[in-house]
Amino acid sequence: MTELFGIPIPAFLSQLLLGLVNGSFYAILSLGLAVIFGLLNVINFNHGALYMMGAIFAWMGLTYFNINYWVMLIVAPVLVGIFGMITERLLLRHLYKLDHLYGLLLTFGLTLLIEGFFRSFYGVSGLPYQVPEALSGATNLGFMTLPNYRAWVVLASLVVCMGTWFVIERTKLGALLRAGTENAKLTEAFGVNVPLMVTLTYGFGTALAGFAGVLAAPILQVQPLMGSNLIIVVFAVVVIGGMGSILGSIVTGLGLGVIEGLTRVFYPEASATVVFLLMVVVLLLRPAGLFGKEK
Amino acid sequence: MKRSLEIPIYIGLVVLVALLPWLGAYPVFVMKVMCFALFACAFNLLIGFTGLLSFGHAAFLGGAAYATGHALKLWGVPMELGLLIGVAAGAALGFVMGSLAIRRSGIYFSMITLALAQMLYFFFLQAPFTGGEDGLQSVPRGKFLGMIDLESDLALYYVVLGIFVIGFSIIYRTVHSPFGQVLKAIRENEPRATSLGYDTARFKLLAFVLSAALAGLAGSTKTLVLGFATLSDAHWSTSGLVILMVLVGGMGTMLGPILGAFVVVALENKVGDIGMFLGRVTGIEWFNGLGEAVTIVIGLIFVVCVMAFRRGVVGELNAWWSRRQALRAKPA
Repeated sequence: MTELFGIPIPAFLSQLLLGLVNGSFYAILSLGLAVIFGLLNVINFNHGALYMMGAIFAWMGLTYFNINYWVMLIVAPVLVGIFGMITERLLLRHLYKLDHLYGLLLTFGLTLLIEGFFRSFYGVSGLPYQVPEALSGATNLGFMTLPNYRAWVVLASLVVCMGTWFVIERTKLGALLRAGTENAKLTEAFGVNVPLMVTLTYGFGTALAGFAGVLAAPILQVQPLMGSNLIIVVFAVVVIGGMGSILGSIVTGLGLGVIEGLTRVFYPEASATVVFLLMVVVLLLRPAGLFGKEK
Repeated sequence: MKRSLEIPIYIGLVVLVALLPWLGAYPVFVMKVMCFALFACAFNLLIGFTGLLSFGHAAFLGGAAYATGHALKLWGVPMELGLLIGVAAGAALGFVMGSLAIRRSGIYFSMITLALAQMLYFFFLQAPFTGGEDGLQSVPRGKFLGMIDLESDLALYYVVLGIFVIGFSIIYRTVHSPFGQVLKAIRENEPRATSLGYDTARFKLLAFVLSAALAGLAGSTKTLVLGFATLSDAHWSTSGLVILMVLVGGMGTMLGPILGAFVVVALENKVGDIGMFLGRVTGIEWFNGLGEAVTIVIGLIFVVCVMAFRRGVVGELNAWWSRRQALRAKPA
């Protein structure tokens, strides 16, 4: 059998893989949003812009300083995380006592600021970034050719996501974090430096976005607006999955990526909107989200 | 502001705006400001008086703009009917989006409206009737009541002013009605409003539809003024702009959104010139490109407003006025 519902199997599988790749980005980004929202009660609108920063840092590292992909895979997220922590200390911190919507508005403003800043230097055309040599080419699996880099993206994001899950659910540090999410005042009363924890959590969440950006640099267009459409899809992912569960975010992200990939095979016209349509369905059937509990 | 002062101030403003073209203002610019001012007032009905942050209001502006443009250009309907079709489109979209979005509250509400508006944006991008990236061009203005030719900017100016006054009056009436009081109660404390026996979901939906319909009126009028409807009307950045307008002017104030719309529209037009000026004065080449990156300036104002200026211009003025009154009332 070389065809499935009239679609050649290799084409089908490659779209499936592409869906998994996109799903990996959804998973990392929605995970970061969920971690930040859990402790800070802020929807980090500039997550997409930070993802873009990660990608552009990777490009800048290679272009200006000749620093290779592997180094930037560590350095760029750290830089993005530091940037995140600075914005948290200087700006976000002062809004915690107010209505949550101000956090959203502030990070929206930051998004415009960051995107506009990079646009003023690089315009909106894509900046070329080569796939690192060790991962270029493809492996022939017999039934399909597997582009190495794409396989790496899926693998790396799975490792990072599961690592995050492990730290939060299975370590002492994670226990403190969960305690802070549950009741920040009480946690502080036990002698935990909650404000520091908040800063570090925000730094970590934003670093995740930067990491996704570096992963995306070789396969997607590196350009200042690459994050803004993505973040809206990730919002829909978050609405579908609910932000209550770490594992839920990962599963929902990957799953929706796959569904989007399959839609591209069978009904390409709807591939841009399928995630939003699913969000509508979920809202109708299970308003709290698949893994969510209504507060 | 004192209630007894309010109406005379509004009347004075309308007279002032009516005189503007004779004082050398460029009619199309003022009409554009009026369209966005109506859009911002409609948005303020939700954020300022009901406490709902919709991040998808561009959908109503854009949807109505396309509906009116299509009706005027391809069906050749009279201009009044074209506007009504736009309003109906805005209200219908508002009903669908609102029914879905109010199923979740708080921050999720904003995310859902944003996602639904984005879905509509992709739909407009692909649908044949919108003209895709080019948009719907050269929409005829038609005649007002079948008599007055609106191709003259001045004639259209007064029609647009009339539309704005009608829209604003509807909002004023709504805010100061018992219905408006319930909306404010929901903004302040939704569980309490529920416990008092109000079906808050229905009130929220009604406010959402009303806001969407008025945003639609703004979009339709905009098509009439500019003669085209494009994708940028429906883009999320437009949803962001209207939030900024209301934030700058003052959430929950009647005049704030109008002032905010003026500031933001004027800024969008002038940032390029300001950048050129700064580039000349400071000799830093980077400023010359500022016109290309208006978003930097918009983003900066956003951040400043959220951090330090949450009441907006009119909100601060009102607060100052109340403080003064309180001081005066104190016995010496």
